[in-house]
Parts: sequence; C-alpha cells; structure tokens
Amino acid sequence: MKSIQELEKMRQETLEKVNLRRDRKGTRIVVGMATCGISAGARPVLMALLEEVKKRGLEDVTVTQTGCIGVCRLEPMIEVYKEGEEKTTYVEVTAEKVKKILLDHIVNGKVVYEYTIGAYEK
Amino acid sequence: MELYRSHVLVCGGTGCTSSGCLKIVEKLGEELKKHELEKEVQVVKTGCFGLCEAGPIVIVYPEGAFYSRVKPEDVERIAEEHLLKGRIVTDLLFKDSVEADKIKSIEQVTFYKKQQRIALRNCGIINPESIEEYVAFDGYSALAKVLTEMKPEAVIDVLKRSGLRGRGGGGFPTGMKWEFTAKAQGDQKYVACNADEGDPGAFMDRSVLEGDPHAIVEAMAIAGYAIGADMGYVYIRAEYPIAVSRLQIAINDAKKHGLLGKNIFGTDFNFDLEIRLGAGAFVCGEETALINSIEGKRGMPRPRPPFPAHKGIWNKPTVLNNVETYANIPQIILKGAEWYSSIGTERSKGTKVFALGGKINNTGLVEIPMGTKLRDVIYEIGGGIPKGKAFKAVQTGGPSGGCIPADYLDTEIDYDNLISLGSMMGSGGMIVMDEDNCMVDIARFFLDFTVDESCGKCTPCREGTKRMLEILEEITNGRGTLEDIDKLEKLAKTIKSASLCGLGQTAPNPVLSTLKYFRHEYEAHVIHKKCPAGACQALLEYIVIADICKKCGICATKCPVGCIDGVKGKEVYFINQDRCIKCGACMGACPFKAIKKG
Repeated sequence: MKSIQELEKMRQETLEKVNLRRDRKGTRIVVGMATCGISAGARPVLMALLEEVKKRGLEDVTVTQTGCIGVCRLEPMIEVYKEGEEKTTYVEVTAEKVKKILLDHIVNGKVVYEYTIGAYEK
Repeated sequence: MELYRSHVLVCGGTGCTSSGCLKIVEKLGEELKKHELEKEVQVVKTGCFGLCEAGPIVIVYPEGAFYSRVKPEDVERIAEEHLLKGRIVTDLLFKDSVEADKIKSIEQVTFYKKQQRIALRNCGIINPESIEEYVAFDGYSALAKVLTEMKPEAVIDVLKRSGLRGRGGGGFPTGMKWEFTAKAQGDQKYVACNADEGDPGAFMDRSVLEGDPHAIVEAMAIAGYAIGADMGYVYIRAEYPIAVSRLQIAINDAKKHGLLGKNIFGTDFNFDLEIRLGAGAFVCGEETALINSIEGKRGMPRPRPPFPAHKGIWNKPTVLNNVETYANIPQIILKGAEWYSSIGTERSKGTKVFALGGKINNTGLVEIPMGTKLRDVIYEIGGGIPKGKAFKAVQTGGPSGGCIPADYLDTEIDYDNLISLGSMMGSGGMIVMDEDNCMVDIARFFLDFTVDESCGKCTPCREGTKRMLEILEEITNGRGTLEDIDKLEKLAKTIKSASLCGLGQTAPNPVLSTLKYFRHEYEAHVIHKKCPAGACQALLEYIVIADICKKCGICATKCPVGCIDGVKGKEVYFINQDRCIKCGACMGACPFKAIKKG
C-alpha cells in the first residue's frame, strides 16, 4: 500500500459488497421468488439486478427476495422500497426492464410508470 | 469479490467451532449448490458473536435473521425456506430476537442492548481472513491517518487524553507507557503484544484475534510509529490454534498489501511483525516472563525496575500491551480522544470486554461501557442465574481476583471499584456463582491453579501458595481448625507483599476476598464440620427423612456400594455413613424427595 488513495479504493470496492451487513437503510429491491415467480423467470431478473447494482456501484441498494407477492399472473414482480417514498411494484419484469428501472428510478429518482402495477391495471 | 444478494454469517470462533459450526458451513455449501444459489448467497465465516451459549450461531443478512443453536439437519430448511424462497424459518430463530413475529435488529436483543462494542466491533461482522473486509469497515485508516497527518508525539497525546488503561488487568495508562518507551534511549525499540491469555474462563483476547486480527496488526504498527520501533512480536499461546492461524493470515496479507514492511503508505516508516508461540505457562502472561520467553529463555519473571519501557526484549526499550488494549486503539485514533473519554467513569474510560461464565444463562462474551453495574451485566445481559437458584457471588479477575458478594451488585464496574472490593478487573473473566458453590472450595480451586502455575523462582510464591493450598484442603476435608484460618490469613498477606511478580502478589486474593465476605463459610467448615453449600464431598451426609420415606427401596437398588439398608414395604431405609461414597445417586433416584444432603 503506497498511498491513502489505494486504501480508499480498496475500501470503496469492498464496501458495497459488505454493506448488506450494516443497518437496514437505503433502497431495498425485493424480488418475488416463490414457485410462481421463479417459473415466470424471476431468477434472471434477480441476477440482472445484482449485475446492474454492482456495475453502477450502488452502495446503499440491497437486492433481496421474498415469497409470493400475490398476483402470480403478473410475475416476475419486484418491489422497490426507497427511503421517504411509497413502495413501487413493477410487474412482468425482464432483464431489459431491470436496466431501465435501475437507471431511471433508483439512480435518477423517476418512477418508470409504464412498468408498474398501476399502469398494467389501466 | 462478487456482489451477493444475501450474506450468511456463520460464527467461526472457538466456542462455535467446538459446537460444530464447521459442519454447518460445509452443509450450507452443499445446500447452496443443490439450489444453485452459489452466485447469489455468500457464506462467511466470522469471529465470535459473543453469545456462545446459543452457538452455533448463523446470521442471515439483509434480514438480520439470528438463528441460534443451529444443527446440521436445520441447514436444509434454512437453505430451502429462507435462502431460496425468502421465508424466514421462525422456529429456528434465537427466541429473544423475535417480537410479535417481527425480527428485532440485533442491537435490540437484550443480550446486546446494553453492550457497546469497540474492541469487538468487527467480531461477527467481517470475515477475519479477508483484509478487504477489514478495510471496508475502516480498517487501516487509522494507520494511514497516523503516518500521514500526525507526529509520534501527537499519537501519544491522543492516547493519553483518551484515558485508555491497560486491559490486561493492571490498568496502567497506555499513553504513559508509550511515552516512557518513546523517551527511552535506544538504537532499537520493540512493540510487543501480550496474547498469552491464561485466566481460567477468560477468552476475550482469543476472540479478538479470531474475529478481527487485522485490528491488532494495525494497532501495533501505530505503536511502532509512536515509539520509534520497526519490529513487533505477538506472544500468543499455542493452545489457541484458530487465533494463531488467522493472525498469521492477517500478517501475511498485510505484508502482501504493503501495510507491513518497508515504506508503508509511501512514508519512511517501516514495520514488521512476527508471532511467538507460548507453551501455555500462566506466568508467561507476566510481562518480564513473557519477554524472557520471547527471547527463547525460560519463562520466569525478573524484578522491576528496570521496566520493559527501558529494558524489554533483548534489553531494548519495549512497549508491551494486551490484545484488547490494542483493539481499542485504531478507533481512538479515528474517532478522537474526546469520543473515547466520553465513555466510562471518571478514572476508567471506554469499554471492557468480559467473558461471562459459570452459573449464568447467557454464557458468552460481552463488551460494556465502564461504569455499568454488575447487576446489569449478570441479570440483564447475562440473563440471570439458571434454574431459579440464588446468586451468591461473582468472581472477577481469575486467579488474581476475588469474589464479590450480592451486597455489592450495584457497584459500577471500573478498575478502582473492583480493587476496593478486594477483587480486580484482571483480564476480564467473570464467573458467576450460585448457592451451590462453596466459597472455600472456590478458593481452593484457584490456589490449586496458582500452585501449578507458580514458576518457583521466589520462595513466598513457591512455598507459600503450596502451604495455603494444604490448609484449604484440610478445611474442605473437615480437618481444619480455627487457627488454620488465622494462619491462612497471615500467610496470604505475607505472600501478597513478598512475592516477586504479579502472579504471587495476587495469588492470595481469592482467599483474602472469600475470607472477607464469606468467613462464616470457613467457620462452618472448621467448627461444625459442615459445608453450607453442600459442595465439599467429605463434609456431606445423605440422610433419609423417615417421615417422608415410602419404603419403596428404589434408593437401595440404585446405591452402587450397597450401603442402604431397609426392608421393602416395611421398614424406613437407612444410609450407612461409614460406607457411603456420597455419589448422590440415591437422592436423584428417590421419587418422593425423601433423601436430603447436608
């Protein structure tokens, strides 16, 4: 280790990987992973989420899973819990949609309405 | 390192290792593979979580689900239900961590609520074998700060103002020790770490080394910079194999990343670290004996002065601190002296780790701010005495300490209060005793230990402790006299004032403190030939209570020596005392509780 910058780099790189073990703060993305979700393709969605979060270095975002969210016909579904915001539910999510959701909603704070359950109902 | 959605932390401390955590790690690996979750879920072996009683412990993040006493056969359910389907297996959770079906955060569990973890901050959170994880939790930032922003005098000044005192037991101000060594003349200086933890029942140093070894590496490098040393030794007992191996990994990784070695952080500061293994002699925890042992000599103490600050390893100025002391230092540097000195009491700052053991529900490791009441540690954090028995005393300081009776439970724990009660902080063993513990027998137990461990160099300790043990054995066997008690007291005071090193000077403490608070128990042994706690076998008598005996004869069939006479259905049974071996089998067998001991 020749400089503090080097140490800081190592710290930043690892931090996002261990952040999960800190307090439950920041944004939580929950993927419905019951049988219905998995058979509809929730696992590629989950992997895409992890990949994107890692690529963008989103430190305060945790990706986790839950059981059946209830509307099995709309799976794969993900729910986004952002601090100070109401829960947003996205339906029929694909790996491609994940990229847009992460960029627009998580990074830039704009909910992608066309993918939400509200838009689907209309 | 990959990014995972879930981290499964398995305690890999010595406590959980002996209760089978390695099998759980192995099983978890198999299950993750079966469910194809290896890329989503990471299994991390950490250091001690502290709650050894509930081990093996598994914590799953991000939920913070706290599974306790996990058995290999539970792993399948945890993997399938929780890790695959996201449904927490509630019935396997530590019962205090669930409230109205919601998981409490770990800090809210009663065991942790009153704790403040500074020395143990990373234990149970990071993977001790990963330098990256230590760095992620601010590791080596204190060393970086010291080397690039602070002069050695400024480092010592921070430590002095923090009020940190030696956690090995003596309680000497660490900043002053560093200052003496920094000012001592010498072409070569050394930093040493005392990891020769030997008190029966104390295991905080082991847990720090097992859970957060880099903290010690970092703190010793800081010490090296402050006093002007480029070499350090960690003296650790070979009985701590997990700690030794993790510390070695930490040292190797630090060297690989240039955090030990030449020109650390691009400065002209060089520092190297080596491990020295101790063979498990208690006296080697005494600083001068430890230094002899590091040099390859027989581990025996020598008179002080000269103190190690002037003549330590190879007669060079040496700063020698305990593991827990070092573990506090990086945090003090990062957060400041004012932060640290705001915790604790007037003369004892910061926190202290205690190894809670004996007759207590939550056996384990706890870190509390100085000034916490003994009562809070035993009844809140410790969860009280098992089986509803009555508290009798708490022993602190191991073989150098003493027993504190119930009257003083509201004492605030700090160095000076414990000494004024005739005990001491020691390295932090805290053994709780209930009504079934005989205080004379406890004193005998500790004396037995010191007689074994006395190095034999000075007469008061070598001969004196042996004579004390003989007297105590006479008393517990019912052959003691009142004069013996006086003789014991006189001997104790002589040994205390005449011994060469700390081992002998403190060896009589268990006797003196039990004489002070429990003299009536000694007197019961010599005058009435009775052991009030019913612990001293020679003074025990098992008696059949004639009024309650139903003449069933079960006791007679259970007696291994056939000393119980009587006729089934007709005659009350009777125990022949001269043949009774006091095993207690009859008492356990009697369905009517008609046999008492006394």
